[in-house]
Amino acid sequence: MNYFPEEVIEHVFNFIASHRDRNSISLVCKSWHKIERFCRKKVFIGNCYAINPERLIRRFPCLKSLTLKGKPHFADFNLVPYEWGGFVHPWIEALSSSHVGLEELRLKRMVVTDESLDLLSRSFPNFKSLVLVSCEGFTTDGLASIASNCRHLRELDLQENEIDDHRGQWLNCFPDSCTTLTSLNFACLKGETNVAALERLVARSPNLKTLKLNRAVPLDALARLMSCAPQLVDLGVGSYENEPDPESFRKLMAAIQKCSSLRSLSGFLEAAPLCLPAFYPVCQNLISLNLSYAAEIRGNHLIKLIQLCKRLQRLWILDSIGDKGLVVVAATCKELQELRVFPSDLHGEEDNNNAAVTEVGLVAISAGCPKLHSILYFCKQMTNAALITVAKNCPNFIRFRLCILEPHKPDHITSQSLDEGFGAIVQACKGLRRLSVSGLLNDQVFLYIGMYAEELEMLSIAFAGETDKGMLYVLNGCKKLRKLEIRDSPFGNAALLADVHKYETMRSLWMSSCEVTLGGCKRLAQNSPRLNVEIINESESNRMERNEEDERDKVDKLYLYRTVVGTRKDAPPYVRIL
Amino acid sequence: MAYEKKVNELNLKDTELCLGLPGRTEEIKEEQEVSCVKSNNKRQFEETRDEEESTPPTKTQIVGWPPVRSYRKNNSVSYVKVSMDGAPYLRKIDLKTYKNYPELLKALENMFKFTVGEYSEREGYKGSGFVPTYEDKDGDWMLVGDVPWDMFSSSCKRLRIMKGSDAPTLDASL
Repeated sequence: MNYFPEEVIEHVFNFIASHRDRNSISLVCKSWHKIERFCRKKVFIGNCYAINPERLIRRFPCLKSLTLKGKPHFADFNLVPYEWGGFVHPWIEALSSSHVGLEELRLKRMVVTDESLDLLSRSFPNFKSLVLVSCEGFTTDGLASIASNCRHLRELDLQENEIDDHRGQWLNCFPDSCTTLTSLNFACLKGETNVAALERLVARSPNLKTLKLNRAVPLDALARLMSCAPQLVDLGVGSYENEPDPESFRKLMAAIQKCSSLRSLSGFLEAAPLCLPAFYPVCQNLISLNLSYAAEIRGNHLIKLIQLCKRLQRLWILDSIGDKGLVVVAATCKELQELRVFPSDLHGEEDNNNAAVTEVGLVAISAGCPKLHSILYFCKQMTNAALITVAKNCPNFIRFRLCILEPHKPDHITSQSLDEGFGAIVQACKGLRRLSVSGLLNDQVFLYIGMYAEELEMLSIAFAGETDKGMLYVLNGCKKLRKLEIRDSPFGNAALLADVHKYETMRSLWMSSCEVTLGGCKRLAQNSPRLNVEIINESESNRMERNEEDERDKVDKLYLYRTVVGTRKDAPPYVRIL
Repeated sequence: MAYEKKVNELNLKDTELCLGLPGRTEEIKEEQEVSCVKSNNKRQFEETRDEEESTPPTKTQIVGWPPVRSYRKNNSVSYVKVSMDGAPYLRKIDLKTYKNYPELLKALENMFKFTVGEYSEREGYKGSGFVPTYEDKDGDWMLVGDVPWDMFSSSCKRLRIMKGSDAPTLDASL
């Protein structure tokens, strides 16, 4: 069947990087399957319980890079209890004992321990890159192991993890011989930082392109760091609360002006806006700006900064920017591709938050930024008219996530539901892959989604829908659906059970505070050996009444996912796998 | 449907001590309600609501809403109002700027010109007649200092410094 020798085919395969394409190649024929598995270097596993490490290693013995995702997405919002699962240790153990030459490990929403990090650091002599996103369970001691033992470390990227900061000297643990760092991000660490050790480390890392500091790195240190790393491309500023003295400010400006490669700026965790002008010289080159943690930077200071960022492609901001600020963004950032507007009032201080954004800002952005393809927008109100306009202006959306802060809120002008607005979005945006809906919604919106969202892979639903029909429209219509997550919506057994085989074409389904019952879940699990159906019930009374369970009891949280390795053994007592 | 928050008035009635289960028992039955785990060690100043009153949850009381990563929630700036009994106006402070209770209390003392007395787990604050209290996520009024700092700073919604004879002690009604 092969017209070329295996080496040639393998050589061709090596140009194919995307794991989806690789998966497709391996399905062509047995010969290609075999060739492909031996030359696969990077493996992506979207659900760590869909497969086990032993089978992974058997199939891909030459793997160098592994990406693993653990907990379901709603774990980000505290809907998944602690200790549910997603432990990385068994994976590291298996990889370690199998002598896989692991070089890169990327984890998302997993439980990582210091023990795991230590084992990782000792097992793979060529280990180069560790990226942890939204993980938990480890401390700075684990980081010390990585620093000490990974002789060729290039990348240590910690994004939004809950790390117990023992205020130790992990930065000191990088040996003097370590000069290979290209990326260091410890912005999420809460404790003190050994600034002197950091400066020495940066000074001996000529290839350092990404540096993201935590709160504890003060202004004068920043200036010194930037002076010895003018090659930086991506900078996360720590904090500086007090107004800088003129000398510090001058030094900072001088250092920044040398950073002609700087393209991405973030951090400003506690920032006195008066320091911002020091960054003006680099604004014209910025393609990415993340001010979503910079609550102090608002009003005119913010506007002035944005007006200089004409090449911005990615902007993450707080809603304190207001509609007026978004109008400025729309007028300035013509290259904008991705926008995220986060809510600033997360603690319910303002019942009537005047600074929050509305449909006005969204429409302005859609009109001004023709290249926009991804949006995450938290707002206090929306209208169908606005959504219809946005759909017309931006038919290229790949990701559209709209979160109206008040559940069930209707169109604030017509008081109607927002079905028509979202319907317009899915109809116009033929390439839409990810959608989050909110506000007052009936079943109609799901009819539209089922009909038009042909490329949709992930759908998030909260406080929406009327009857089972809503969920059925989606399950029947969206052929490429991979992840469906639903909370507080009136979908029940009829929808859940209508097409059980559908779930084997998807990665996972999450339903919490819906109408599905224990009986429904049991029926689902009965004929689905390749699905794990997990019921998460934390309340005491449910545990005790296990003997007299009522099939009509509504299930608190249902999480089901396809798997080829059956029931997992590491679930806590309050998780029942049917 | 508007979710109104009723808890904003500082009613002296709110500080009456009564025996009763911590938390609002009638609201736990509602589907969309808060389901945070109640600590049994809460030292409280307010009784649970009457059975008749059913306050719908505000958007900030629904678990996991708005859908923002807990990391982001824990790291956002949170200004809380601080009131002192008898003071003509309130102040606002950002809890994130303090790393522990001593720092916070010192700042409050400076702001309102008072001293707060000795804290003990058994008896609360003794010696000055000023008692720092706070309203937590569940709407209960608690004594400042009982729980670990991190837990306090992420659940504190407002502060109130109770003064002198207005500040009831726990002994009074038990």
